Order: sequence, then structure tokens, then C-alpha cells
Amino acid sequence: MPEPIIQMRDVWFSFNGQPVLREVNLHVPRGDFLVVIGPNGGGKTTLLKLMLGLLDPTRGTVVVFGEPPHRVSHRIGYVPQNVHINKDFPISVLDVVLMGRLKAGRGWSRHSRLDRVAAQQALERMRLWGYRDRRIGALSGGQLQRAFIARALVSGPEVLFLDEAMASIDAQGRGEFYDMLKELNRTVTIVAASHDMMILSRQVKSVACVNRELHYHDSGEITQEMLDEAYHCPVDLVAHGIPHRVLSPHADKKEDG
Amino acid sequence: MWEALQLEFVRNALMAGVLVSVVCGVIGTLVVVNRIVFLAGGIAHAAFGGIGLAFFMGWPYAVGTTGVSILSAGVMAAVTLKARHRVDAMVGVIWAVGMAVGVVLLDLTPGYNVDLMSYLFGSILAVSGSDLWQMAAIGIAVIAIVAWYYNDFLAMSYDDEFARLRNVPVAFLYCLLLGMVALAVVMIIRVVGLILVIALLTIPPFIAEKFTGSLRAMMVLSSILSGLFTLTGLWLSYLFNLTSGATIILVAAAGFFMSALWEYCKPRRAADPSAGPVNPV
Repeated sequence: MPEPIIQMRDVWFSFNGQPVLREVNLHVPRGDFLVVIGPNGGGKTTLLKLMLGLLDPTRGTVVVFGEPPHRVSHRIGYVPQNVHINKDFPISVLDVVLMGRLKAGRGWSRHSRLDRVAAQQALERMRLWGYRDRRIGALSGGQLQRAFIARALVSGPEVLFLDEAMASIDAQGRGEFYDMLKELNRTVTIVAASHDMMILSRQVKSVACVNRELHYHDSGEITQEMLDEAYHCPVDLVAHGIPHRVLSPHADKKEDG
Repeated sequence: MWEALQLEFVRNALMAGVLVSVVCGVIGTLVVVNRIVFLAGGIAHAAFGGIGLAFFMGWPYAVGTTGVSILSAGVMAAVTLKARHRVDAMVGVIWAVGMAVGVVLLDLTPGYNVDLMSYLFGSILAVSGSDLWQMAAIGIAVIAIVAWYYNDFLAMSYDDEFARLRNVPVAFLYCLLLGMVALAVVMIIRVVGLILVIALLTIPPFIAEKFTGSLRAMMVLSSILSGLFTLTGLWLSYLFNLTSGATIILVAAAGFFMSALWEYCKPRRAADPSAGPVNPV
């Protein structure tokens, strides 16, 4: 088994006394393309933020590259769920992407030539170089999403977190988007959260279903049966509002527990 | 007009107007994009407690206002960092308590005969040479700090979560920002008074935001607009013998409505995806 780059051990998270996540155990190996599915409010974003170190677990440990997440944030890329924040903000597309090269609190943090080259490469990769001087609010939803992916990629991360990355992309753009993720996945580990089952395409290497608890399916290929189960999962959960086991229990869960 | 410039207090007033405009442009921009206008208002009104304290204790005015402004800014920063959803209520309390403390302390001050109006609505014509040096020092400090941390402030203002992920010291910068707001407020009170501080802090950046493509440009345009409003207001108040602070704000308000009208009337093409020099590679 490849080296695990993310390890969550017996992680619990509560907000205002309400449990959001219970007893999560998860290992993400290097090179994985993990999709976290589950209903809205089931804890997908919380799970991602725990892995990013933006939230601290109430109980348990989260380790990324063998260290607490905030210590290795320079090796992590993140595309947040809400890319529509601050649309009136006076900032160019290029400056948003350069934000991804920011070095922490050194002061006088001017962007170097290297930063600009990296930003150009990231923008060209996302086919947004021609839009670099546009105000961020002038981009369409799909372009905005790509700009935020460029911001996440500009620091050359080893693992990329995408939260509801499909939300702003129209149907035609999706195939292209999957191809882009597949290409990225050759060098970058991907963890994508989505309530949209469409993301379960062939590129996906493993699936976790989150609704308070996490059920992990480590599969090199996605079977029809698994797709069926995954598709049913959120429907059932929304209908009954009770956690249920979507995928068969795994040996690795016993190991960790 | 020109004979007025021979008078020292008029020259001081013009210099103060320029210095305050620069600080307003820089700090006002950060206040507007970080949506802490209400906090800035709270700090300004709490500063009245500082005025009362200064008179009661026999301290110089600047010591009382600066101290109380910084203190209230510190409390607001702490509440924001600990319980963000409680900030507006807390600001409301500090706002009112600061004013009340000021009034009661002035009541208790023996032989009190302070011109209250000059603190509420400003007294730019009473700015002395030493006030100018203080203002210049605050102005230079504010510009130096913002220039030093420009990219960090930009990241925090645009997307504080991502900024934290890049290890930008968001909590520190936020406290620093509120501290600078407190200093700016003390300075602006001299010009337009504590009741009108928010207007001068927010109107120029609010106009500038529409016409600029970067935070830096927004700061520069805000400073220029602020200077334009302040100097025009001063001139009109001199011409018609009006209260200078209120006249400055009315000029700013006129500018604001003109820009809103222009925004409303201009041909809409920003939303059109085919417009502009787009060149997808």
C-alpha cells in the first residue's frame, strides 16, 4: 500500500455541543483520488476543513504528511466551496491567483518573479491567462471556479482539496473538468467533496460516504454495484435522516478501531 | 480666498485636511472591504468617553481619546476573534457606554465649560502646529504598516480562510487593523467630529471601489476623493460661514449621490461576456 499522506484516527467533531462527525477513521494514500459524498449538512466540508487544519477536532488526531495540517499547509491546495464571496472586491484574477503564493506574515511580502511565472503557468493551465487583468467579479461561474483552482495549484501542492467543485460548472464543462482532474491526479493526490453523484466518474479511485459517520470504500475500480449504492446513499439519507451503512464494512476500519 | 491663506490657522486646517484624507483613504478602504464600518463607528463614539476622561483627569485631549479608542478597539478585536456572531451587540454596548461615560465625566468635572460641539462635529480650524505633527506621525505610521503588510491585508480582506491556510497571521493583522482604525478615528475627530467619522471613513472608499481594479488603487482614489471633499467642504464652510465638519460631509454625500447616479445611468456592459479584450488561450 502506498504511503498514507492523510491519516485521521478516531476523529470526532462537535459544534456548539452538536456532534457533526463521529468516530472518523480514514487513510488517504498518496496518488489517491478520493471523493467524499453525502447529503448537505452531513459533514463533508467539516471533514475537509479538519484535514486542512482550519478546524481542530474535538477528539482524535489528524495527521497530514506526518505532521499537524497547519504545519504543512504549503504542501496543500484548497478550493473552497463558496467561490462567490466578495464579488465586488477590487481585485484582479491574477492577484487572486498570486494569493496562493503568499508566504506567511513575513511582511513586505512582494511577489517575486518566480511567483509571477508560477501564476502564469497556473492560469494558462486553467485557460484563464487572457482574463488575468479582469476583475474577479466579472468572471462567469465556471471561470471563477477555474481561477480558484489556479490559486490552489500555484503553490505546487502535493494534495488538492476540492469542496463542491462541480457546483459552478455547466454540463458541457464537466467532461473537460474531469479530464483536467485526471491529468492533475498523475502528480497530485485529490480529495473532492460533492453532494453531486456525477463526480463519480472513472477517474475516481476511492469513495467515502459521510453523514455524521464516514464509510470508506477503497476500490481501484468503481463497479456498477458500487455506483448504485453510492447513488442511493444520499437519497436514502435525505429521505430518512438516519445514518446507514452504504458500503460493506472494511477490514481497515477494524484495524484502526 | 487668497487672503485667507495668509492666516496660520487656515493653512493648518488645509494641511490637516490633506493628512486626514490620506489616512481616511487607506484605513477607510480596509474598513469598507472588511465590512467593519459599524466597528469603526463604535470606536469613534466610545472615544467620547476618552474626551470626558481627559477633561476629568486634566490630561491632554489626545491622551484620553487615543487610550480609550485603542482600549475599545482591543475589546472589539477580542470579541471578534472569540465569538464573531456577538460582535454587533458588543459594539452597540461599547458605543453607548463610551458616550455615557464621557457625558457623566464631563458632568463631574469642576468648572466644565468645554465646547462639546467641537468634538461632536469637529474643529479643523482649531488644529495647532503640534496637532499637525501628531497627525503626520500617525499618517506615516499607518502608511508604513499597510505598505509592509499589503499582501497579507489583501489576502485577509478578500478571503480570510484561505489567508489562514497560507499561514497569514490573520488574528494579529485584524488586531493591527483595529488599532490603526482607532488611531485614524482620533485623527479624524479633529476634522469632522466623532459623529461624522464614519461618513468620511466610508464614503470615499465606497465610491472608489466601483472605479478601481485593486485594493491599492482603491486606497489612492479614496485618498484623492477624501482630499477633494475635505478641501471643497472647508472652502464652502469659509464662504458661507458654516460648520466645517458638517459641510465636508455634505460635499462627500453629494459626491456619493453623483457616483451612484453615474453608476445607474452608465451603459451596462460589464456583465456581457463578449465584451472586453478576452483572449482565451
